[in-house]
Amino acid sequence: MTISSLDLDAKLGLYRSQVELRQFEKRAYDLFLENYVKGTSHLSLGQEAIAAGFAAAMREDDYTFATYRGHAHTLARGVPMTGVLAELMGRTNGLMAGKGGSMHLTSVEHGVMGSYAIIGAHLPIACGAAWSAQYRGSGQVAVCFFGDGTTNIGAFHEALNFAAIWKLPVVFVCENNLWMEYTRTSEITAVEHPAADRASAYGLESIIVDGNDVDAVFEVAKKAIDRARAGEGPSMIEAKTYRQAGHSRADPGKYRPDEEVAEWLAKDPIPMYHARLLAEGATEAQLSEIDRAVAAMVDLATEEAKAGETPGADLLMKDVWADGGSAWRN
Amino acid sequence: MAQLTFREAIARGIAQEMRRDESVLMIGEDIGAAGGVFKGTVGLFEEFGGIRVRDTPISEQAILGAAMGAAMTGLRPIAEIMFSDFFAVCWDIVVNEIAKSRYMTNGQMTFPLVIRSGNGGGLRFGAQHSQSVENWAMQVPGLKVVVPSNALDVIGLMAAAVRDPDPVIFLEAKALYATKMEVPDGEIVDTLGSAKVVRKGSSATIVTIGAMVPRSLAAAEELAAQGIDCTVVDVRSLIPLDTQTILREVSATGRLFTVEENPRVLGWGAEISSIVAEELFYDLDGPIVRITTPHIPLPAADALEDMAIPSVSRIVEEISRSMNG
Ligand SMILES: Cc1ncc(C[n+]2csc(CCOP(=O)(O)OP(=O)(O)O)c2C)c(N)n1
Repeated sequence: MTISSLDLDAKLGLYRSQVELRQFEKRAYDLFLENYVKGTSHLSLGQEAIAAGFAAAMREDDYTFATYRGHAHTLARGVPMTGVLAELMGRTNGLMAGKGGSMHLTSVEHGVMGSYAIIGAHLPIACGAAWSAQYRGSGQVAVCFFGDGTTNIGAFHEALNFAAIWKLPVVFVCENNLWMEYTRTSEITAVEHPAADRASAYGLESIIVDGNDVDAVFEVAKKAIDRARAGEGPSMIEAKTYRQAGHSRADPGKYRPDEEVAEWLAKDPIPMYHARLLAEGATEAQLSEIDRAVAAMVDLATEEAKAGETPGADLLMKDVWADGGSAWRN
Repeated sequence: MAQLTFREAIARGIAQEMRRDESVLMIGEDIGAAGGVFKGTVGLFEEFGGIRVRDTPISEQAILGAAMGAAMTGLRPIAEIMFSDFFAVCWDIVVNEIAKSRYMTNGQMTFPLVIRSGNGGGLRFGAQHSQSVENWAMQVPGLKVVVPSNALDVIGLMAAAVRDPDPVIFLEAKALYATKMEVPDGEIVDTLGSAKVVRKGSSATIVTIGAMVPRSLAAAEELAAQGIDCTVVDVRSLIPLDTQTILREVSATGRLFTVEENPRVLGWGAEISSIVAEELFYDLDGPIVRITTPHIPLPAADALEDMAIPSVSRIVEEISRSMNG
């Protein structure tokens, strides 16, 4: 286990962040079953430590690039729950007034530069934001999250080479939850560690971290982000974790062996961290107060999101172009 | 005034904008010291240096992804895709990412970027280096599509494209790179979405773009000798489309011919024909005729390629047949 440089207050913050993501995702799932959340959603249940650890290591103006499994990464950057939940529900008080949906959460004012649903596409885009930061000398870093299955698409490889040759301030984070959709990634990948074993091909260090240990994630994130900010170029981190729920929607995930699920539930990042904090001097009362406060927060966000309006025709033809409209002819 | 080739005009247009605005950068394969495979960026590397004019690996997705990420964070990148056929390997970034993201994010992001590319046939390069893809781009909501036909327009439309807050696909007809014209000195800035009437006639209206403009003009001269006096409209930008000029010029003559380099099915002329049919039906004196490349991949042999792409003689023949029919 990594010795963390964080003090107890900061760790309570990491605990709270993970609890927020967990309770939010559970609520999103319930609302999906109740048909408030339509279409699809991809939950990060079990993977919260990665989002929480990285967000805590980022500067306020750093950039997040996420996938369709992006609720957690969006919330972790401080985006209000109501906006995210309302977006899932297709309401005007959603982050994008319902025009993006669960898979495309974006909040530029929080540095969340989009959630992308074409596998691998956002790795080159994150390079672009990093290139821009490098050119402008802004010191910003782009952090780009993706799954293990994503390491087999061409854009992944183009982006890594591109980031390496231009020494871009970008950190690639592979959340290796063992499964792509319904296929085990090891069965369709030439190497054991889908990201880490590819790193050397691009002159990068091979870095693997326990993605269920938020302290460890924070440390490795901070190191890579500091490095990028110092102009020392990109890093790629493979965080081992597990998707506790199915791939999307109401997928029960039956293709996974029961023992595997049980093994990873026993490594659930939140109870593990709860126990660690007690051992490090936090009190049960402090932690349950956090649980309770977050539950109230999720309830309030649910109410506010449900109270949002259904988008009207005014939004339909808006914002194709920068002038706010959609005219393609005179 | 200076004699300028189409390819020199590209570099001049880009240089004009790079001098004016430090946020304008240029990336692509072999575009730096080498000056581009079509020599469209000669001199830029020397003037602006390797940071602003930067060579990339053969990674079209990375090139366009980088342009998108840079545009969403305050820069104005110009990216080159060497041959427009290569859009097929990075079309996801263009269609799913760049074109949709402003709409999907409810206007949170803007993408002031230009993607320039060598387009179309005439160079005997064969099917994978010769296609006209303007209709691919035109079909995607969220993209502006510019197709200049001469050096002066290249400079002015490039400036307009760079200054435009939206993504612009800038298609350069490879067959025109060597063409020359007199171009005035000083800053040149044009507007997107403005068609130009490049010949005024009374019998019929030819609507065309890019490399088909000089051919249509030459055809119009031959037709004039036969007593068929044609207006020629250079559309210049397919999106935004200057429908007003097209409708005005078609209603003035009562006949519409489109001359298109793209393969026939769903070429841009089909959209213009449909607009004219809907809005001008009772002003038409005869059928709308589309003169296009047949619906085939382009062959390499010069003899075959010349048969495929509308030539001056084919334009003359088809218009004459229809006008006398
Ligand atoms: C180009 C492309 N191919 C296929 C899909 C369908 N798809 C959506 S998610 C997914 C699995 C991705 O797995 P991974 O990268 O491991 O991410 P995870 O879902 O586990 O977070 C697939 C195949 C897609 N969205 N884009």
